[in-house]
Amino acid sequence: MSSLQSYLILSSLLFSIGLAGALTRRNAILVLIGIELMLNAANLNFIAFWRYGPNPEALTGIMFTIFSISIAAAEAAVGLSIILAAYRHSRTTNLDQMNSLKG
Amino acid sequence: MTASFILLAALTTAGTAAAMGLRNAVHCVLALTLGFAGVAMLYLQLGAQFVGFTQILVYVGAVAILAVFAIMMTHNDKPMDLPDSHSAWVAGCIVAVAVFAVLARAILSSTPALPVQPQPAATVQQIGDALMHRFVLPLEIMGLLLTAALIGAVVIAMDRREEMK
Repeated sequence: MSSLQSYLILSSLLFSIGLAGALTRRNAILVLIGIELMLNAANLNFIAFWRYGPNPEALTGIMFTIFSISIAAAEAAVGLSIILAAYRHSRTTNLDQMNSLKG
Repeated sequence: MTASFILLAALTTAGTAAAMGLRNAVHCVLALTLGFAGVAMLYLQLGAQFVGFTQILVYVGAVAILAVFAIMMTHNDKPMDLPDSHSAWVAGCIVAVAVFAVLARAILSSTPALPVQPQPAATVQQIGDALMHRFVLPLEIMGLLLTAALIGAVVIAMDRREEMK
């Protein structure tokens, strides 16, 4: 197993852990964290391919990762504020109990 | 695979698995910071210093703290975090294991097409040059997006009950 493959295996493991968390947890904040973990796994893939791919001087993988981290930060801020607004309305963060769109 | 990679991989996997498996939500976020720090150290090992430190600043410094604040502000005494049905938990884990099996099989059956030669690490100056020349338009759009997200988060989370009175 080459070192690129070992990084890819690790990132798919991270992705699967995040997916399992997003599917099984019922706390909305932890579901959001699971999605962040999946984004992190994708970033690790970008960096690994940048390092072991051709033309590393083009910095494409690094640029993708920087922009992806920025988008993930914006997503976390907006997502957590939506969870706060929903909590203020329904007094719960359990996704199974947030079952009404209005009212 | 070097020993440092195995150590960092074990740290990252343990941190993230604990973050997704522990009962207490605050413990989950604390374990999550360990996982994020492990990913940052993997970036450093791959020669992407700037991305590694950005990962520490943004994820360990901002996202985890934001999640802790959100957990504190939505805290109530009801035990709420356990999955309602055992079958949902089992189904989620089966889906995740299946996804991992497919990905791992595809990765292991692939042949590396490129010869792996040692590459020089990217300096911060190169990254800054690229951001200011080739990627200046995405950079500006990202600034706009972050501003919009900042204002939007404040507006969404604002308590409107006082206005209604």
